[in-house]
Amino acid sequence: MAKYILKRILMMVLTVFIVTALTFVMMQWMPGSPFNNPKLSASQIAQLSKQYGLSKPIWQQFLNYLVNAAHFNFGTSYINTGQSVSLMISQRLPVSMELGIQALILGVPLGMYIGTYQAMRKNTARDYSLSIITLFFTALPDFLLGMLLMLFFAIDMPIFPITGWNSWMSSVLPTLALGMGVIAFVARFTRSQTLETLDSDQIQLAYAKGLDEGQVIMKHAVRNSLIPVLTLLGPLTAGLLTGSALIETIFSIPGIGNQFVSSISSKDYPVIMGTTIVYTILLQVMILLGDIATAIADPRIRLGGKD
Amino acid sequence: MAEKTFQVVGIESSSDNEKIQKPSLTFWQDAWRRLKLNKVAVVSMWFLIAISVFTIVMVPFLSQQQANKFNPNEIATYKDLPPKSGLPIPGWEGKHDGDDLYSDQNVPAGKNFILGTDDTGRSVAKRVIVGIRISLTIAIVASLGDLIIGVSFGVFSAWKGGWIDLILQRFIEILSSVPFIVIVTLFTLLLGAGIWSVIISLILTGWINMARQIRAQTLSVKEQDYVLAATVLGERPLKIAMKHIIPNISSTIIVQLMMTIPQAITSEAILSALGLGVQPPTSSLGSMINDARDEIQYYPYLVLIPGTFLVLISLAFYLFGDGLRDAFDPKSGDSGD
Amino acid sequence: MTDKKLLEVKNLNLAFNPGNANEVKAIDNVSFDIYEGEVFGLVGESGSGKTTIGRTILKLYEPQSGEIHFEGKDVLKMKSVELRSFRKDAQMIFQDPQASLNGRMKVKDIIAEGIDIHHLAKNKEDRDNQVEHLLELVGLNKDHSSRYPYEFSGGQRQRIGIARALAVRPKFIIADEPISALDVSIQAQVVNLMKQLQKQEKLTYLFIAHDLSMVKYISDRIGVMHWGKILEIGTSDEVYGNPIHPYTKSLLSAIPIPDPQEELSRKPIEYDPTSETDGKKREMHEITPGHFVFSTDEEAAEFARG
Repeated sequence: MAKYILKRILMMVLTVFIVTALTFVMMQWMPGSPFNNPKLSASQIAQLSKQYGLSKPIWQQFLNYLVNAAHFNFGTSYINTGQSVSLMISQRLPVSMELGIQALILGVPLGMYIGTYQAMRKNTARDYSLSIITLFFTALPDFLLGMLLMLFFAIDMPIFPITGWNSWMSSVLPTLALGMGVIAFVARFTRSQTLETLDSDQIQLAYAKGLDEGQVIMKHAVRNSLIPVLTLLGPLTAGLLTGSALIETIFSIPGIGNQFVSSISSKDYPVIMGTTIVYTILLQVMILLGDIATAIADPRIRLGGKD
Repeated sequence: MAEKTFQVVGIESSSDNEKIQKPSLTFWQDAWRRLKLNKVAVVSMWFLIAISVFTIVMVPFLSQQQANKFNPNEIATYKDLPPKSGLPIPGWEGKHDGDDLYSDQNVPAGKNFILGTDDTGRSVAKRVIVGIRISLTIAIVASLGDLIIGVSFGVFSAWKGGWIDLILQRFIEILSSVPFIVIVTLFTLLLGAGIWSVIISLILTGWINMARQIRAQTLSVKEQDYVLAATVLGERPLKIAMKHIIPNISSTIIVQLMMTIPQAITSEAILSALGLGVQPPTSSLGSMINDARDEIQYYPYLVLIPGTFLVLISLAFYLFGDGLRDAFDPKSGDSGD
Repeated sequence: MTDKKLLEVKNLNLAFNPGNANEVKAIDNVSFDIYEGEVFGLVGESGSGKTTIGRTILKLYEPQSGEIHFEGKDVLKMKSVELRSFRKDAQMIFQDPQASLNGRMKVKDIIAEGIDIHHLAKNKEDRDNQVEHLLELVGLNKDHSSRYPYEFSGGQRQRIGIARALAVRPKFIIADEPISALDVSIQAQVVNLMKQLQKQEKLTYLFIAHDLSMVKYISDRIGVMHWGKILEIGTSDEVYGNPIHPYTKSLLSAIPIPDPQEELSRKPIEYDPTSETDGKKREMHEITPGHFVFSTDEEAAEFARG
């Protein structure tokens, strides 16, 4: 187990290293990047030059960049001059995490419930309608749902505030916009997992032993479908990172995603690079957590490692 | 001793016994027969065919430039007109809060915009048609790219096995653990936004899923005796892949393709919404939604119309893909039967 | 059967996952010869390594050490042209008639696969004729050549598999449990067919099975395998009538007798495999002419005394 986690952490470090290297390469070549922007004043260039050691050979620059990134020092924002990127990120990250976690708390249990219910009522009218509904929310991008929710429940019917992140009420629509996709994703996954489990010999045996349906579902099917859901933590997070960036923009939520989108349009490279690395680390950690949770829950994985 | 042979008691073994009476159905015919029983999938299929045929037929009549151009002198007359069908259908009469904007803005009589106009007076209907065309093209080209890379990578990795497979799997693992948003952002910043960079970004992130599925399928097919038989007969690996492996995983490939296209449509919309996608004045479903984002309170139809098409097309692909999967593999347990 | 050795296997060793904790010695220093025109039966329980030997001979697996000579040429060192002609001379019939035919191909294309690979047909007409001839040879209706495998029964499919192997006019065929997946009545049909083909086409067989009674019926000589080693080799009558190794005795005692009276008195002999793991040096000893048993020198002397 410890060896397995160590191996995974090594992979994680390698991935973050690769992404950091890529961002470094881009900082070097990108037109309008902090290193070769004609609009920069002499003093700014001097400051950057000092900060990143531009006179040194390229590999030393890269080393410097790595060391700085390892200390969460991504330089200063290019638009909000003088603002430290790491400070900007650390102020906004908690908001985004709150939003993401709310969406997961809403989506995962509900999705599992719906998926299991569908599997139990396989091929009934209710199963079909739920399938179409979950497919609908799979086809509907988060940000479009967010716009629609805002249109109906904040503009046409002013129940919730249109924008902001200052009260419980203001978090309802963004959480729903992100969470519906999670529900749909988890429900579809749980349904097929549970159907597979229900089809297995051990479930047939449980029925043959005379257990009633409720017992079979609770004791055998749900328990066996629970573990695979843990592996969804990675893909879900990846989706939430993208989704929240747009949802935060639409609802003017002061999160890291909102800032990321505006940094893309204003070509604020230090912010883009910093956020990119933070996003990568976030996803890595979530994938690792999902894998560890799976390993703990599933004794089969503990022995041999994942491959 | 070699003279003795078993005597079959009872039925005579004659070639008459070996004759098959049943008509011959190929795998594809059988799947098609099952697919036809799934009404939802059939409706989705016809919807997709209709949409594709319509957008293709419209190519010579409606170019991208036509949908983009506007007359700067007439913006005041044509801007922000609500949908008007020209028929007395409530809510489709070109009125906004009771005002007839068509007469308010002195739009020449008889000139109706079925789906309204945007803030520069361009017809939304024209832009949606071009938008669907561009979104579908991007999604299909990107998905075909996924298919080509994913299938070759997956088959190669599984066929080679051993350390080659191990290294390729690690590579996929690393690539898939980099967030989508990070890959597309870095990549588009490097290439510059545009249709081609959207397609390449989508392929860059999308092929992994295909490769994983194909690898898993290939691993099970390659252990089949008919693959061994081909090897023993001296067949070359490339030919084995083309003759034995790919035909036997073709159903997975097709289903996976049908599931990748709607994902690509959604991803295109997301990219456009992030400002990394199709750039104005070119319209795609995603860029139209994004362009109208700030005006949603005043002109909701500018979001609702492209949004509806986006969801309907994606949904149809998913439903058709689900139907295909059930038709190919009746045991898969999902709807059908 | 002639005195010419068609296949020589010398000190063959193959382990799966070598060096790992889950290393499995599938073939453990195995040597045997197959003479031209004979049927060599290889029996053993599942997991004894008999299938692995068959596949290694056909270069589907890479052994760790040992030599395999086919018509005097080292199979393991074969490259391109030589390998190609070996692939034409040595063929295989598979156990599972379900898995051995590609369901997406028509029967005629399955059978003609080898013809296409080795360019054995002059044109399309010639190819069709060859396929028809092969279908007749294995007793199948030639009108079915454009049907798909799933339309055939297990026995019919096995015959399609045989036709596919015969299409390249091989000298040597490895039959890997060709009948164990079939019904008993169909088993007889297929074995009869294989016997008849062997005579007609002058073939040499390596016939792999777990069922000693069927192997005895078709084979000239038999090798008995257990845990990756060959324990006993001899003519079919010798091994069956005068088994020496305790494992062979145990195997024979497990064959049911088709007579209820006698079957009642049949006593299965239990085999104690500890002698295989006691670490003593064992090798093949010729106990009676042509009858070899895997044993220590002392055991061999004892066996020879009877």
